[in-house]
Amino acid sequence: MSGQPKEIGYNTKVEGDVIVTRADAVLNWFRKNSLWPMPMGLACCAIELMAAGSSRFDISRFGSEVMRFSPRQSDLMIVAGTVTYKMGLAVKRIYDQMAEPKWVIAMGACASTGGMYRSYAVMQGVDNILPVDVYVAGCPPRPEALLDALMKLQRKVATEPLIRTQKATPAHS
Amino acid sequence: MSKAAERLSSKLKKAFSKEIGSPETFRGEVTLPLLDSTRITEICAHAKHELGYDYLVDISSVDHYGEDPRFEVVYELYGYEHLCYLRLATRIAEADAEVPTVTSVWKTADWHEREIYDMMGIRFTGHPDLRRILMWEGYPYYPLRKDFPLAGKATELPEVAFSKEAPLEGGPFVTTPGSGSRQHGEPRSKSVSS
Repeated sequence: MSGQPKEIGYNTKVEGDVIVTRADAVLNWFRKNSLWPMPMGLACCAIELMAAGSSRFDISRFGSEVMRFSPRQSDLMIVAGTVTYKMGLAVKRIYDQMAEPKWVIAMGACASTGGMYRSYAVMQGVDNILPVDVYVAGCPPRPEALLDALMKLQRKVATEPLIRTQKATPAHS
Repeated sequence: MSKAAERLSSKLKKAFSKEIGSPETFRGEVTLPLLDSTRITEICAHAKHELGYDYLVDISSVDHYGEDPRFEVVYELYGYEHLCYLRLATRIAEADAEVPTVTSVWKTADWHEREIYDMMGIRFTGHPDLRRILMWEGYPYYPLRKDFPLAGKATELPEVAFSKEAPLEGGPFVTTPGSGSRQHGEPRSKSVSS
């Protein structure tokens, strides 16, 4: 009828109102499409991380545009840059404050292995203190590489059992 | 060396003739060696208030490993009135690696002295806040000393911090000083043991 507003949105008559799925699958689907990152920008990789968040590369296509500077609100720590032993204290502390479930991307050569810094001051890979899920090669990696890592992590999240055992943190020696 | 800088350095030498040795000039820059490091605060205060060296550019330290006295602390002074530099250098022995602070003369000396304490292990008596500035509290070594390996040493401070030796496969990639050919001196993979 003219003058009447059209019905918009979800139409149960057409779409049906029942979706059959597993709880694991649907909850993981929620999780993987809203991985809020904690940007742990420690060096030049952070510039590429910022580029990944900008309009040209647009990390929001993957639901990760909400960079949270509070560890309580984030799911994914992106360690972007050189982790010195002194900064390692802060990185570990922030990771410990993040709520489960949580994941870690080691972005770039420094965060993965210490990179070119073979030195007394630089931790030789952030996996000395954190359980890393995805490593990204590059010095620094391009934003596409980070997005690729994010997609790999999404695939990993999608296949994880819902009731996960708490990840064991490797004890340093 | 400009005439003005020459005049100022000889003025300082005249005021402290017993503490200051003969000036060394290298490429137009004058260095006054201080024979008595305990008088450094006094001499710096004189240089600032009487001679117009109002800006402390830097304090650095040198490790003359194998010599005695082992350490050297170098003060780089500048004056905005007369635009002249002056360098004061003092040697200190390893056994008693202490120098009086100059934070009472230039406030900026605070962090310079903390860095030297952190990296070289020279203590500055009378410093208001002598803590490590780059490494964490409790780190047991002084990394810029010549006898500290490039790869670092393993340390453990439970619940606070740790460090491990860095792997130096084929390294360290350092230049070789000396009069050999340039090819010999280039930074190349050299065995750690050699």
